[in-house]
This record gives sequence, C-alpha cells and structure tokens, in this order.
Amino acid sequence: MNSSHMLQVENLSKYFGGVKAVNSVSFDLAEGELLGIIGPNGSGKTTVVNCITGFVKPDSGKILYLNQNITRWAPYKIINLGIARTFQMVRPFYQLPAFKNIIIPLYSPRVKRLAGGKYGDRDAVALDLLEEVGFERDSFVSYKVASALPQGYLKRLELAKGIALRPDLLILDELFSGLSLAEVASIVPIIEKLRFQGKTILMIEHRLKELFRIADRVIVLNFGEKIADGLPKEVLDSEEVKKAYLGSEEG
Amino acid sequence: MMKKRKERIDRGIKARSEDIFALSSLREMIYLLIPRAIPVLGLLVVSPFLSAYWQEVFISTAIYALLAISWDLLASCGLVSLGQSLFYGIGSYIAGALNYYLGWSPLFTIPVATIGGGVLCTIFLLPVLRLRGIYFAMVTLVLPLMFLRLVEATRILGGTEGLTGLDSFPTQLTALYVIQLALLAALFGFRRIMGSDYGLIIMGINDNDRSVMNAGINIFWYKTQVLFLASAVGSFAGAFGTHMDMFAGMPGFALDYSIMPVAAAVVGGMGTFAGPMVGSFILVPLSEILRALGALRIVFYGLFLVVFIVALPEGLFHYIQRKYHQFERWVEVEK
Amino acid sequence: MLFGTLVYGFINSSILALLAMGFNLTFGISGVANFAYGAIYIFAGFLTWIFLNSIGINYFLSVGISILCSMIVGILVYQVIIIRVRGLILSEVMATFGLGLVIMELFRYFDFVGFRYTLPVFIDGSISIGGVYVDYQRLFIALIAVGMTLFLYFFTHHTKIGLSFRAIAQEERTALTLGINSDFYGALSLAFGSALAAVAAIVILPLGTIAVEGGYEVLINALAVCIVGGLGSTVGILIASVLIGYAQTFTANYLEPHWMILVSLIAIAVVLIVKPSGLFSHQKELEERI
Repeated sequence: MNSSHMLQVENLSKYFGGVKAVNSVSFDLAEGELLGIIGPNGSGKTTVVNCITGFVKPDSGKILYLNQNITRWAPYKIINLGIARTFQMVRPFYQLPAFKNIIIPLYSPRVKRLAGGKYGDRDAVALDLLEEVGFERDSFVSYKVASALPQGYLKRLELAKGIALRPDLLILDELFSGLSLAEVASIVPIIEKLRFQGKTILMIEHRLKELFRIADRVIVLNFGEKIADGLPKEVLDSEEVKKAYLGSEEG
Repeated sequence: MMKKRKERIDRGIKARSEDIFALSSLREMIYLLIPRAIPVLGLLVVSPFLSAYWQEVFISTAIYALLAISWDLLASCGLVSLGQSLFYGIGSYIAGALNYYLGWSPLFTIPVATIGGGVLCTIFLLPVLRLRGIYFAMVTLVLPLMFLRLVEATRILGGTEGLTGLDSFPTQLTALYVIQLALLAALFGFRRIMGSDYGLIIMGINDNDRSVMNAGINIFWYKTQVLFLASAVGSFAGAFGTHMDMFAGMPGFALDYSIMPVAAAVVGGMGTFAGPMVGSFILVPLSEILRALGALRIVFYGLFLVVFIVALPEGLFHYIQRKYHQFERWVEVEK
Repeated sequence: MLFGTLVYGFINSSILALLAMGFNLTFGISGVANFAYGAIYIFAGFLTWIFLNSIGINYFLSVGISILCSMIVGILVYQVIIIRVRGLILSEVMATFGLGLVIMELFRYFDFVGFRYTLPVFIDGSISIGGVYVDYQRLFIALIAVGMTLFLYFFTHHTKIGLSFRAIAQEERTALTLGINSDFYGALSLAFGSALAAVAAIVILPLGTIAVEGGYEVLINALAVCIVGGLGSTVGILIASVLIGYAQTFTANYLEPHWMILVSLIAIAVVLIVKPSGLFSHQKELEERI
C-alpha cells in the first residue's frame, strides 16, 4: 500500500440482487496519471465509478482518496474533496441555455472555498469555462438552449461541468461515445491540457484506439473482475483480454 | 396541400424590454409594470372599499393564497405537499396556545408561530426529504389527518372545542393590510428567490437531482431550506387565521386547507407563484358564492383539480403569460 | 383478557392488511398511484347498499355487480386520468386524490349520511374461541385477509399478469420491449386494486355503518400501513399490519380506546426516524437511483 497514490481502491465488491456487478476489484491511481478502464459491456466499469463517487454504496471493500477513507460517503462530500465525474448518459438541464448549466457547480462549497469566498460574475466564469472546452466565443453557441445542441457540444458541456468544480481527480465515463472521429480529435487536446495542468484523470472508454493514445496505464474489467493492469501495449497483447472482447477461438 | 404549424414568437415589446433596455421608453416600462401593478394595486387599493362581508372573503382568500404560494415553492423543488393544513394547523395552534395560556398579543404570537411552526414542521418532514417525492406526498397527507384525530382523542389544547376567545386584531383594516402585505411579500419575495441563481439550483434539484448532487451541492440542505420557508409561510397563515377567527382548533387541520392550495396551483399554473394566487382568487370567492351548496365545495375543488391536471396542466397564469409575451401565427412547414 | 386481546388483535390486523393490500397492489407493485382508493371503497359499499335496498337484488348478485363496477371505475380512472399524466407520479397522485374527493363528497352531498346505511353480515351470531366470543363476520374477515394474502403472493410471483405488474413498476421500458403493454397492465392493476377495495368494503363495512368519513379513514390507514411497512413489499405490509393492529388493540384494551390513534402516529414517527422508506421496503435512498 503506497501512500503516495492519489486513489486506492481495495477489494471493491458490489452485488445487485444476485448479480456480482463488481467482484473484489483493486487498483491504484497515482497523481498526475491518466488511467483507462476498459472492458466489455456490463463488466462493471460504471459501477466502480459509482462506488468511488458515492452514488452507489459498495457491499465490501475500501476506497481511499489522498489516504482518506471515503467509502460510503455522500456524493456531495466526495465531490467537494476534489473528485469530479461525468455521466455516460449526458443529461443537461434541457430548458436552460448552455452557460446556465455550468452555474450550478459554481455554487458548490469547494468552488466557493477555492475562489476565496468572493466570486464576481458567475456568468462570465461560465462562459470562460465553455470556451475552454471548445464552445467558440464568437458564435452564440454558449447561449443556445441545451436542447438545441448536438451531442458533441453536450459532451463538452458535461466535461465543462466537471472542470467547473476545479477537481484534482477527473473521472470521465465514456466521454468519447457517440462522437465522430473529428469530434474526438477536437476533445483530446482539451484532456491533454488538463493533464498539463496537473490533473489526474480516470477514463472509462470503449474507443480503445483513441484511449490508448493518451492513457498512461490501463486496467481491464470483465464480468466485474479485473483481468489486466498495465501499459496499453501490454494489455493489448494479453490473451485474457483478447478472449474477453472477442471470445475464444473455438466455436 | 401545405402543412401548417403554429409558431410562437416573442412580441417586439418583450424583446425591447429585456434587461436594462426596459428603461428606454415609457411604453416598455409600462409593459413591464402592468403585470406587477395589478396585484399590488388591485389588492391594496381596492380592498378597503369592499363591504365588510366581502372583506372577510378577501382575507380568507388571501390566507388560502399564502398556502397556495407556499405549496408552489415546495413543488418547485419537487416536493408535492398534500397537507398544507399541517402548516396551517401547527401555526394556528402555536399562536392560539401562546395567546390562550400565556396571554401574548398577536404582535408576538404571530411571528413566534411563524418561525416556530416552520421549525417544527421541518423537523416532522425532514426524514422523508431523502426519499422519492411520493413519500413526501403520503406523509404530508397523513400527518394532519392524524393530528386531527390525536387532538380529538387526547383532548389536549382544547380538544374538540379548541381554544376560544382569543384576541383579534385592533381593526378589520389592520388585518386587511397585514395579510395583504404578507401576501405581496411572499409573492414577490419567492419570485425573486426563484429568479436568482438560488432558484436555479432549486429547479435543478427538481429537474435532475442526480446532476445537482454531482455538482457538489448538498441537495438535502437546500430542500430543508425550502421546506422551512414554505412551512413558515404556511404557519403564518395559520397564526393569522387564528386571530382572525379568534379561535384555534381541529378545523385548522382540515382537508380544506390541504386541497384548496393544490387546486389553486393547478388551476392558476404551477411554478409561477402568481398562478396559485390567481387560482385562489378565482376558486375561493367562487366557492363562497356557491356556499349554499354546502359539501359541494370540496367536490368543486376536486373537480377543478382533476379537470385542470388533465386538460390544462400548464394552468391559467402560464397561458395568460404566454399570450402576453408572445404571439402565435400559422407557418408553413418547410420541406 | 389477554387471549381476547390476541384474538381481536389478529382481526384488527387482518382488517388493516386487507385495506392496505389493494392500495399496495397498484402503487407499490405496479407503480401506478391511486389515491382514490378510499373513495372506491365507499363507492362499492354504497353501490351494494343501493342494489340491495333500493333496487332489491339478492345479496350475492349485488356484491358481484359492485365488485365489477369497482373494477370498471378503476379502469376508467386509468383511461381517463392516469393515461394523460402517466409517469408524472405526483400528477397521478393529485389527480386521483382530487377524483377521490369528488366521489366521496358527492355521496355526502346527495345525503348518503346516516345510520340506515349498513351492509348485512354474512352469518349472524358468534362463536366461542377459548372462552372469547368472536362474531362470525370478524372471523370471516380474518379468513379472507389470510386467503387474499396467499393469493396475492402467488399471483405476483407466479402468474404472468402478476409478474407483468411488477415489471412495469420496476423498469417500464424493458417491460415494453418484452411486449408487455404497459397501459393495459396499468389499467388492469388499477382494476384489481379497486376490486380488492370493493372486497374489503363488503367484508368490513358490515361491522359498522357506511360513512363518507370511512373513506378517508381507509386511505389514512392504508397509507399508514404502507408507510410503516414499506411500499411495494407485501411482507412489509403484513408485518406492519400485525404491528399496528396488535398495538392498537392492546392500547384499546389495556389503556383507553382513544389512544389508539397515537399508536399509528408513533409507528410512523419511529419508522421515519429509523428507516424512512418503510421497514421492509426495497427502496434505496435517492443517491442510489442511478
């Protein structure tokens, strides 16, 4: 147990009824790393993230963030420690314009604290944040109602909501899903910029090619169990991983 | 044949009176002022000239309107209350008891009952804030009806007779103005709150609470605040009503006080605060006129409730607001 | 005295269980809110009375038609009201509650008030159980309650219709993809719930008079049991009925009858503090609804 790790997940387990969604999964995350979590559908990736962020209470196991045991904490407490996550199914506040969607995270205790108590114009901050994730400043796209935005922008909006919280650890759940190659290519630089700023990132992804280009390390889940943990190239070559994704040769 | 659809566009004057541009001309300012002036003037100026009987109806309406506005605040946060009478009854009994047993004047009983009632009701309902909305509805429905039977059974606080002979207001006019000022304060106050970013968070909780939780906000704390505000307003209504009637008793927990606000909000338009007020000002006088029909009163509220939920769920106020701010026209559907 | 209390406690619990089950079937199991439940209970009672006394049909036919009519009312409630607000649970609650009010107060308006409104018991007389006299009607209630429980358990776990009810409550979209017509089963669950209300009315009302207040009582009691036991859990309802039923009877016999209401209130208060969603509920707290 290396105490220099930012996040430590130890023997995490979660059962839904009779189904073992997550079965004794353990992994560590070092500061500044970009760790990818991959695996076939239903392998428990999102459940792991839900447990880490407090949306689901695990049945057993421990989660340590900066050496603090945050298992079973309420989500808002965990988030105010400096973890932010995006959801796989983006659900913005459809009736509100894009920039109003970002205002709510700006009211969290963490942001208030980090901004030193005085904030100034939250609307302006929201617009700046949107610009950072690629909402063009000159166009009026930031003012458009969320229901009028295409998926690419919605995903970026979701990312902006996470960044607004000024997290140290950012968890992205299938950010690339539903995006075209060009759209992914335009989001990757944003993630790299976040890394340069020193943020630690955890990414659940299905788009392996795009993920492997930016990930430092990858872990693979299958049926709730961790079956591989290492550099992207090593993991790609692993027999077990190939079997999990593609099935075995026979039949 | 070309298909047509209805298109709604903001009126020119609405666009011109957004933000600071409203100060650009008298016409724009009047446009903004009229909807706000109507309730203020209508209430404050007209009411003293009503006959004594209608003044009483007016006051009764205002009390119900306060309960309806309180309901609307809760509903904006996703908490549907089927028991506004809980707030009314608690406020009523606190004020009544303070007056009856300790001899305090309305000047003191009403504020104490407002805050105390707010605190007490919040404590009662705190456990269900963490659950789905249906539980809030169930518990708010059941609690006042149980308190009713509790008072009847244990005969505390005056039992079935209640506390009688309480102090009233110095003059009818005082009462008239107190309630109106309270009503206007609640109306404009809540609208202001909901129009600000605080309201954004509240509406966010209603729309997608998971998302708001994910933004690092403790939604239960916000819900608690809203609950307190709403129950304090409701308790005020109860305390005020107690001194109007010079009586505090079981009828304070009556179904009437629970149903009417909901019906008013549904008829008038949920989420706008003005809507429930409009709804109250329609339903209560109407039911007063139909008073001869006795028990039909509740049938009446119930019918309005059902019909409006099914047929015009947006409510009258939204409808009027839409007409005021936008115009419609038929447009050909582009290929 | 103790044995008598035990026996009557069981009967009281049966009454509560019977009342709560119909309500639980629609909301707890199928996810459709029907706050007009108390109204339908009273409706069935008055309708039976009308058939028996004003029209003069024989007992079994009256009962049968009343149950049928209640089911029709249930279906109508669904088709006319709920369908338009399906999914907006709170609108469902408000609309059905409003409707319930309309029905009950209409009866009051048309003067269905007074002691002459009663339903006949099935068999007159009483039997002695271990020295305690229990009238046949009360025994009958207990019997029906037990039978109903078993039937419902079997029904919701082993028949296609029952399983469909649970499916649409748990995950409507998946149910739809499996070919379960949500609206059809929603209406059906409302019909069944109403039928249960009618059966309960026919069995329980003979103990007293048919009064509009009874409708409100029924709703309160059903809600109290569901709050304590947990919506959707048949086991919870039963245990809550037993708890509250016995507590009420003991209070009535050993303390004073008018403290009975306190029992339900305390039960609710305790549950709210300890486990707000109900003792045996499967509800997860808000945070766990992904």
